[in-house]
This record gives sequence, C-alpha cells and structure tokens, in this order.
Amino acid sequence: MIIKGKVHKLGDDINTDDIIAAKYLVSTDATELGRHCLESIKPDFAAGVSPGDIIVAGKNFGCGSSREHAPLSIKGCGISAVLAESFAAIFFRNAINIGLPFLEMKKTDQISDGDLLEIDLSGGIIKNLTKNKSYKTAAFPRFLQEIVTKGGLMNWIRSKKEQGQ
Amino acid sequence: MAYTIAEKILLAHTDKKDIKPGEFIEARVDLALGNDITAPLAIEEFKKSGFKKVFDKNKIVLVPDHFAPAKDLRSANQCKILSDFAKEQKIKNYFEVGCMGIEHALLPEMGLVLPADLVIGADSHTCTYGALGCYSTGVGSTDLARAFIDGKCWFKVPPSIKFIYKGGLKKWVGGKDLILFTIGNIGVDGALYKVMEFTGPVIRKLGMDDRFAISNMAIEAGGRTGIIEPDEITLKYVQQSQKSKAKSQKFKAKAKSLKSDSDARYERIYEWDVSDLEPQVACPHLPSNVKPAAKLSNIRLDQVVIGSCTNGRISDLRIAAAILKGKKIKAGLRLIVIPATQKIYLEAVQEGLAETFVKAGGIFSTPTCGPCLGGHMGILAEGEVALATTNRNFIGRMGHPKSFVYLSNPAVAAASAITGRITHPKEVV
Repeated sequence: MIIKGKVHKLGDDINTDDIIAAKYLVSTDATELGRHCLESIKPDFAAGVSPGDIIVAGKNFGCGSSREHAPLSIKGCGISAVLAESFAAIFFRNAINIGLPFLEMKKTDQISDGDLLEIDLSGGIIKNLTKNKSYKTAAFPRFLQEIVTKGGLMNWIRSKKEQGQ
Repeated sequence: MAYTIAEKILLAHTDKKDIKPGEFIEARVDLALGNDITAPLAIEEFKKSGFKKVFDKNKIVLVPDHFAPAKDLRSANQCKILSDFAKEQKIKNYFEVGCMGIEHALLPEMGLVLPADLVIGADSHTCTYGALGCYSTGVGSTDLARAFIDGKCWFKVPPSIKFIYKGGLKKWVGGKDLILFTIGNIGVDGALYKVMEFTGPVIRKLGMDDRFAISNMAIEAGGRTGIIEPDEITLKYVQQSQKSKAKSQKFKAKAKSLKSDSDARYERIYEWDVSDLEPQVACPHLPSNVKPAAKLSNIRLDQVVIGSCTNGRISDLRIAAAILKGKKIKAGLRLIVIPATQKIYLEAVQEGLAETFVKAGGIFSTPTCGPCLGGHMGILAEGEVALATTNRNFIGRMGHPKSFVYLSNPAVAAASAITGRITHPKEVV
C-alpha cells in the first residue's frame, strides 16, 4: 500500500490529551473526534489537514491515556499515517488494532513541515519527494503484519474464529 | 530458564513452555476492565463484529467512573451503554453510582485482582494493580472488545527494568514522591514498553496505599506495568478483600513464592538511596518535570485537588486531614477532596476526616475521576493554577489549554491549600 501526503510536523511526547481532549470523549464518532484533533496544542490543526496528509513526530508519540479516541481522531481528520521516532505502547497497539498505519523511523528531524512524502507501507520505504531523499524503516513483525493485513484486530479475530481456530 | 516475576505471570497464562522479551504471545486474561469512556467503544466494536455473548460474565468489570455521576446528557448515555450491556450479558461486576468508585482503587478493594493474575483494562492506569504482584496493563477499547469474545489479548513480552530503593524515607515523603523522583530521573519514556519492577527495603516497608501510588504512575514513564513482588503486607491486604480464596494455604504459598529469579534478565537496574529525598512536585506540563516542593514556594494556587486513582485512598485522606485539622484554607482557593471509593468515603465520614475538610473550607465529593482528566467537578479556567495529587499534568489536562497543573503527594497538597502556594508540610505543621 502506497500513501502520499503532506507532512504536519510535531515534537516529542505528543500525548493523548494533546491529540483529543477529555471533554470530547463523549463521542465514539471518528469524524466528530477528528474535528478536534490536536486542538489543545494546535487549534487550527484539523482545518489544515487535507485527506492523505501524514503526521511526523519525535519520540514517545501517543503517551498518556489508553483512549482509542486518539488514533480514531487522527484517522477521522484525514491523516493517513503517523511517522515517529517511537510510539507509546498503548497508542501503538491501538493503532494496530484499528488499522491506522504508522511507522517508526530514527531521526525524523530530517523531515520538515510541509514536505511531501510517499510511503510504501509493505516495504517500509519512505520517499521525501520535496527533499529528494529516501529513508528505510523496519517492517512490522509477522504477527502484527497479520493483524494489519486483515484490517485490524476485530477482523483478524473474526477470520480466526471462522477458520475454527 | 530464569524469569522476572512479570515474565512468570505472562508465561503462566499461555500454553507455551518458554517466553522471552520481544516475543509476541496470545495470553488468557483473568479480568478485563472498561469504563464509561472506553467501554462504549468496545461494546460497539463487539456488537458490530456480530458476536452475541461474552466469554465469561464473571471476568468482565465495568465501572462508570470518569464522567460519573453523569456530568451531562452525552455522558449519561455512555454510562447507560455500560449498564445496558451489563444487564444483557449478566455481568456481575458492574458498579452503579452508589457502589462505584474510581476503578483502580475499587477493583483491589473488592478483591477482584490478586497476586499472579493477568489483568487488562481499557484505561492506562490499569498498571496500578502491579502493586499486588499481578501483571496488569492498560490496553485500548478494541483490545477490550476482543477480550469480551474469547478472554485473550496479544502481548509483546516487555523487557524488565528493576528499581531498587534503599535507605529510609523522611517524614512527609511517601510512594508518590518515590515515583515522581523516578520519573524525573528516567523521563516520560524512560521505561517505554518495559516492565518497571519496584523493590528494595524502602518498598518492603511501605503500606499498600503507597505501593498503589507507585505502580499507578508506571505508565507516566511509559511502563507496561509497575510490579512489586507480593509479601506479608500484600497478603494481609488481599485477605481483607478476598476472604475465601486468599486465605487458603495454597494461595498463600503461591503468592509468597511469586518472585523474580535471582538470575532473571533485566535490561537495566537502578539503585537509589532515598534517605535524603524531599517531597517532590511535577511541574507543568510533564510528569517528569520534577522539583522539590520546597523550591516551588513562589507558585500561587487557585485550586487543590486531593483524590484520584493515584492518591484518593484512605491513608492519603488521613494524611491530608491531619494537616488541615483545625485550620482554614487560603481565602479564595478551592480545595476539592474526592475519596476514591464509597468504602473510603464512609471511612472518611466515620473518622471525622470529611468534617475536617469541610470545616477547613474544602468540599468533599462523591467518588469520581472528575477533574483529574478535565471531566467535571473542578475544571480550570484560562490562566488558573492547580496542585493535584493526580497523575498527569499535560497541557489542558484539567481544563483550559492555558491552565497549569502541578502534581504532589497529599501532604504537600493539604499544606499548600492552607498557604495558597506550593508548600512543604513542615511549614504549616
């Protein structure tokens, strides 16, 4: 799967309260949550996202609470993938489970706000079309690849049950 | 094979003969927890996927505690989704307002989590129960939905880091200060995707409430759980809450033998003498931005919150009340005291603690997570500053994005409510 989009650059330790404030956790609707994505730290963020855009961040992205509303709001506002130096554990599993594409890569400071990226998810290749560079990331371990390929945890478990496993 | 306590518990919940850090496993969980924010999404996913019946009605716990008692119509609807699902699936452990408490204080109190258990919760502070010597960890709503189906969860086995605390603790220093000090040292990603194992003579002397406060904040360093080997103090606690099972000789023997092997693998070992440690405060906007309370005496406060899954337990309220007894809080400051469960609430009333808080000029609330996550019962306006015994101080955590949250132990919180600025308790006692 190839993803192409403009970069929205964020820093280290972007937490789930930053991504979606608790006052919006009275909804489970991705579109509604998406309208308030990153509102506390970047009030104009959601309005500035074009479908397909990519978040590029530093270390420990998604730290804090377990709210799956965080990756849902990122998906809901039109972001197609998140690239960061590291991800907090619960955000990591939530993103896998709901099928939000994300990649870990070292030194995301090589990428600037507004750069145009093309990401080959299966090969783990990131092309920076603006800077004419490419970066390689580690592919998902096989277990996670299986969940991602099925389109998330619930589809994965359903297909397992259908196969009688 | 040599294992840490965390690895032993994970292994015991699989059909495997061996596990090692980094490996992906599927494990059977003893308990799966959801609240009024995370469970509605899990229930929606469960139903959407066409599943009709939960795997075991006795192994699911639903607690409306975050926005409950319902703060508005939409949160009332979310709470109702939980109660409807509990009725439909005959889930015994659904706790309506009146029985409800903050989940991570309530579950141990009810004897629902025990040493050696594997517990998942769609709430990041599920790591709290590690204090009992179980592997408990925060997951997402979809993980919870999946657990509803077959009682299993996927894990990537985390490596462990050992934290050894030596020496003794000064007066006014407790579990909260140890964990703030630790996070201040290693950073908010210092234990990213790791198990934090807390040990050493200082931990062994701490009561359960202090241990819960430590394990509770493992997630603030990125830890998957914050585990403490069970000992006599653990056993005494669980025997009060879980009379039948916990009193059996077999259970006692099992819990006592649940220890990390002497040659278990740790990614790193930290060892600190904490004899000189002073009360710690985490400054905005990260739990790792830690300074001694005494160095922050110029920080003026609009609000003090004593409560939460970190420090809303009875010993926390006793410490706060001892400082506030016979005194008045600073005029214009709001003191909000929130006992974590109904049992703690009642004890605080019976012991006269509630009276102390009210006479001092504070309010005494029904159990709720409330202001900790900016839900209700004490939201901060633009520019306001709060000191709270809670666990997070991210931007906008307790209200307006331009408000400020400091984190401390209950003694510092109570002393600061009296002076209206961040205060070392020795100043007012």
